[in-house]
Amino acid sequence: MRAEASMRSAVPSASSLRRGRMVRVGTSGFQVGLRLGGGYRSGFRASGLGRTLTRAYAEKKFSSDCGQEAQKRTPLYEFHRSLGGKMVSFAGWSMPVQYKEGHIESHLHTRTHCSLFDVSHMLQTKVLGRDRVKFMESLVVGDIAELQENQGTLTLFTNEKGGIIDDLIVTNTSQGHLYVVSNAGCAEKDLALMQNKLKKFKASGLDVDLEIMDQALLALQGPSMAQVLQVGLSDDLKKLTFMMSAVMTVFGIPDCRVTRCGYTGEDGVEILVPAEYAVQLAEILLQSPEVKLAGLAARDSLRLEAGLSLYGNDIDESTTPVEGSLVWTLGKRRKAAMDFPGASIIISQVKEKVGRKRVGLVSSGPPVRQHTPILNPEGSVIGEVTSGCPSPCLRKNIAMGYVKTEYSKRGTLVLVEVRKKTLEAVVSKMPFVPTHYYTGK
Amino acid sequence: MLLRGKMAAAARALGGGVRSSLSRWCVAPAPLPVYRLSWRTCSARTLRTGSPLLSARKFTDKHEWISVENGIGTVGISNYAQEALGDVVYCGLPDVGAQLNKTDEFGALESVKAASELYSPLTGKVTEINTALADNPGLVNKSCYQDGWLIKMTVDIPAEFDELMSEDAYENYIKSLDD
Repeated sequence: MRAEASMRSAVPSASSLRRGRMVRVGTSGFQVGLRLGGGYRSGFRASGLGRTLTRAYAEKKFSSDCGQEAQKRTPLYEFHRSLGGKMVSFAGWSMPVQYKEGHIESHLHTRTHCSLFDVSHMLQTKVLGRDRVKFMESLVVGDIAELQENQGTLTLFTNEKGGIIDDLIVTNTSQGHLYVVSNAGCAEKDLALMQNKLKKFKASGLDVDLEIMDQALLALQGPSMAQVLQVGLSDDLKKLTFMMSAVMTVFGIPDCRVTRCGYTGEDGVEILVPAEYAVQLAEILLQSPEVKLAGLAARDSLRLEAGLSLYGNDIDESTTPVEGSLVWTLGKRRKAAMDFPGASIIISQVKEKVGRKRVGLVSSGPPVRQHTPILNPEGSVIGEVTSGCPSPCLRKNIAMGYVKTEYSKRGTLVLVEVRKKTLEAVVSKMPFVPTHYYTGK
Repeated sequence: MLLRGKMAAAARALGGGVRSSLSRWCVAPAPLPVYRLSWRTCSARTLRTGSPLLSARKFTDKHEWISVENGIGTVGISNYAQEALGDVVYCGLPDVGAQLNKTDEFGALESVKAASELYSPLTGKVTEINTALADNPGLVNKSCYQDGWLIKMTVDIPAEFDELMSEDAYENYIKSLDD
């Protein structure tokens, strides 16, 4: 799961399309690369522009003159490069994987101080209109209606087979819309999902609209986050507990949406900031000796220690919320009503057990990576690792993966096959490293 | 090691193929790294002070290096490779006595984010492994040409050594990867 939100101009502006700027689509789907000739940002409402958008995605034949894929860039792209960010391609975006510090140093800095992550690549959507809650609940498993004002929740888009289309954060803002943040790698299908449903809702005369947001999203994560950020706020950050959100002026920059969430297991916030102020905000935060930039590499090892799933690795359309050990995301009322996509399959798995489950594994010796086979002590394959790395905090190998349910109990000894050698691993509780979400207590 | 071009270099640093959770990444063009300058200085010093029996270091296109002294080759990974790999946290090395053919996979270096296979530069038998790496795998990063060596091996087919890249050729090779 990813409690990070966000994103931006994952989409070409209508005007750029009309002017025939280069729009490319890469292998990973949502690679409508832009940003040629500037002006690549623009938010719009899908009601009017939805059709344009849909057309843009459908017309994937836009190709470039040169052979290389154009990567989308966040408003912080030049900033990352100027500070030594090693840029890599991620879900169609050019993103920093790390900076000058090593991966481990950056990881540990986040656990002991705080780190600034650019997560602007994530898809940010506003859902507007009187029927917005009903709309959202037609797509996700969570109880959106019960969210307090400015409260958010992790939830899942599911399909009719009960598979997970994406994980996302939905926040019930006090500004009359739902603020939705989903994965960059799923942006294209998430938009298609929401736009198709939007058409049906509109055809039924319901009042809903979508707007793709075009802002930067910065995550500040770590134990000293509050100390650093509070200096720039007039509101008391203590009032903002885990998964709560508020719009505020941050270091003089108005209209920032600060949400207390993250993808590291630490106390942290994600700050939605107008794109034109993104660099300014990053620079101000980095003036604190507590704050260092961190990239995708640290983000991945931090989330794994925190036991958080990565969509595409640990959960996907072939896994259900029950298999993925995400039953807690099912809203109580929604379970009773069985009114979300795939509910009959998912609820029957809740009641009657499921064949496999996502578990944590701890081992020593050579690190256990994705696709490593998991065996029972007799040597039969019982599952596969979906994410794994040496834990910088624990100095042991941690992994998550799926095993047959009878092997999913904590403490169960299993084997993993690494480079043709079998090693012992123990089914372990997650998070592997204790989380420090701020609950106000 | 398995680098074919800068994309592969980075991909490997990040995910060396299917093993990494981040294998979908590949690296964007980067400016020529500064570390190459220090590496050049260091290798020049080695050549000046080395024993006459110590051959010049030679390189594979997979970024291992080997130098030969009294018929025994010492194998490690290049500075370019250790930079790309990041902090090494685990070294998987073969048993002493293992017989390797040229380009055989003989082990792996692991960072937090990726596993990178090691490939034998020559045909020969493993005579020693660097046991210091068991407790201190970071030596591969700190001293890839000295204390961070990986294995020693016999040189069964001397002609294979001659076919490897000289330092200058290797430097041009990695420059071509970055271009």
